[in-house]
Amino acid sequence: MRMTGAQAIVEALRREGVEVIFGIPGGASIPLYDVLYDSDIRHILTRHEQGAAHAADGYARALGRAGVCSATSGPGATNLTTGIATAYMDSSPVVAFTGQVATPFIGRDAFQETDVIGITMPITKHNFQIRSVAEIPEVIKKAFHIAQTGRPGPVLVDLPKDMQEGEAEVEFPEKVEIVGYKPTYEGHPRQVKAAARAILEASRPVILAGGGVIISGASQELRELAELIMAPVVTTLMGKGSFPESHPLALGVLGMHGRKAANYAVTDADLLIAIGTRFSDRSTGMVSCFAPEARVIHIDIDPAEIGKNVRADIPVVGDARRVLRQLIDVLREMLRRAKTEQWVEKVQRWKKEFNPRMDYDDVPLKPQRIIKEIMDFLGEDDIVTTEVGQCQMWAHHYLGRTKPRTFISSGGLGTMGFGFPAAMGAKVARPEAKVIDIAGDGSFLMNIQELATVVENEINVVVAVFDNRYLGMVRQWQELFYDRRYSAVGLGETPDFVRVAQAFGAFGTAVERPGEIRDALREAFDAGKPAVIDFLIDRECNIFPMVPPGRCLKDIIE
Amino acid sequence: MEKTHYIVALVEDRPGVMQRVSGLLRKRNFNIDSISVGATEIPGISRITMTVRGDRVVLEQVMKQLNKLIEVVKVSELNPKESVVRELALIKVSVKSADARAEVVQYANIFRGRIVDVAKRSMVVEITGDEDKVNAFIELMRSYGIKEIARTGKTIMARGTKTVAVREQ
Ligand SMILES: Cc1ncc(C[n+]2csc(CCOP(=O)(O)OP(=O)(O)O)c2C)c(N)n1
Ligand SMILES: [Mg+2]
Repeated sequence: MRMTGAQAIVEALRREGVEVIFGIPGGASIPLYDVLYDSDIRHILTRHEQGAAHAADGYARALGRAGVCSATSGPGATNLTTGIATAYMDSSPVVAFTGQVATPFIGRDAFQETDVIGITMPITKHNFQIRSVAEIPEVIKKAFHIAQTGRPGPVLVDLPKDMQEGEAEVEFPEKVEIVGYKPTYEGHPRQVKAAARAILEASRPVILAGGGVIISGASQELRELAELIMAPVVTTLMGKGSFPESHPLALGVLGMHGRKAANYAVTDADLLIAIGTRFSDRSTGMVSCFAPEARVIHIDIDPAEIGKNVRADIPVVGDARRVLRQLIDVLREMLRRAKTEQWVEKVQRWKKEFNPRMDYDDVPLKPQRIIKEIMDFLGEDDIVTTEVGQCQMWAHHYLGRTKPRTFISSGGLGTMGFGFPAAMGAKVARPEAKVIDIAGDGSFLMNIQELATVVENEINVVVAVFDNRYLGMVRQWQELFYDRRYSAVGLGETPDFVRVAQAFGAFGTAVERPGEIRDALREAFDAGKPAVIDFLIDRECNIFPMVPPGRCLKDIIE
Repeated sequence: MEKTHYIVALVEDRPGVMQRVSGLLRKRNFNIDSISVGATEIPGISRITMTVRGDRVVLEQVMKQLNKLIEVVKVSELNPKESVVRELALIKVSVKSADARAEVVQYANIFRGRIVDVAKRSMVVEITGDEDKVNAFIELMRSYGIKEIARTGKTIMARGTKTVAVREQ
């Protein structure tokens, strides 16, 4: 088929099943946008490229399929980078397209030229610059393949303007072969056996589920395993929702702001079954006293994660779902009866004893109470996204989730400004779901311009602003570790979030009393347009419990 | 135990692949002493040789992280004791007298080096060998006055029939 590069790009996207692109055009991507004009692919014009990247990321996390964003060269491309880095840290399949100056101008500091390939090398799984029109279909096929298989991650495709405009005979391959890219999916049977034996020998096992469980769709298998061997389950921030937090064996999240029961269980365990987790320092606390008595089974699709942060006694490289299936099959043959009764009783006692209180009636509002009302309001399939800071950790700690892909948060990069555009992407991916962003006031301000996008496109998400007029998390650290010297953390009196929302054409309301929370949520979700709820919270409320930096999980303080 | 490891990566010969490899090593905070690149017996595949300092854990991480790069086809560690390790150096030496000239030629012969350029007041010697040999020769040349040194970085190949080669795809 003879066509222009831009036509080839759009045709390749269509063949990948792309339904929506988040982006902003510019000089170097006009040819592409000219073809998009006639295409069935929906384009959502965000108001900042960072918003586009996070929206594509939120879409990808909600759906488990690649999210697509697009920007022009130069500043458009650099504006994407925070979003790309965020997706990279959390292994999210985002495919980003950037315009580029025409090839004869590359390297001459042309107008809006930037070395986006060089800039994004360390924050993408891979990136490509198109060098000939004819290679476009294959490169795009590869981009989607790399982004969505193995350990997923963002892939960027840089599109010089002359490559969009030029014509060539092109063919669209059904499949691509990449010599140096062959992810391992099946666990090695010997390692699986070794893992099974360790499980049989253990009397205090704990399962640690990370984001990999969600990515591989292994929730069913995880539950089967936990119930089969009667092991308590803790999750990381990224693993939240991989195992129902309402389950009797669930101990909730672990880590710096985890549940006490979860941290204690990991510390006392004689076997840790870690699945799809990279042992982030926020999850492990000080590594030398992390799970000190446990043998560690580490199941991960990325061999480089094995032994990177925490030693693994029994590594199993493979896809979480397949490996768990293998493990369950082996265990069903070997296991007579789980002998973990006493252990489960013990952790249940912790769980009861440290069950956090949420039913505060205070004015100004306690964040716990808001989280509780949100939790009661939402259904199992509805989606929560978060910004970063105390707001994120309140959601992480208190807001129970029962299904995968219903809790979306920037774990690795901790990107303020992520939650709102991610909510937009998630809502586009799952229009039938309620979507709410648990936001800090500081974070919301970082991508508040996307109110224009959601209003224009009737993407009816709700932003719950936990308004403390502080960069609260930083303030908390200054309070606890820097003698209350509050340096550059006050956010002042403005803006009035209700009026800002209204000015954008969204619904806005402020809540001061606990009794008003539920009604406000109902109003916001029924508003027929995007909504912002300004929750005026106790300004110096801290997120506890907390493991002070550089300490052990068991040293968690109230 | 901290040690120098020889790592060979076969990579797709694409623009930017050296930057991917060297950028990765920098971003992961690995210590690299030497890195060199050249063509292989397979068209489109280049060979990068690097020496990395660190213990076993570091070595394992370097290899695994390199393997994750899409354009890296194969990564191997070679034991220098079971391999041929070579480096090539070009050394421009000043020769102020006929005696000096004769001596440099003599040394070059002893080291199986070659005189590859001769000018009135200088000569260029080409020397190949392992690091120690090249260093020893350079030391000897110092008394004559070294004007310039160009070294290629180390390259390595296993002795015997063992290879790191990939099958032609
Ligand atoms: C883009 C970005 N800049 C700075 C930080 C550092 N930081 C972490 S939490 C935080 C405060 C967040 O404030 P807010 O959104 O109001 O949430 P709160 O902690 O008050 O709930 C800051 C500045 C960050 N994580 N991301
Ligand atoms: Mg705040």
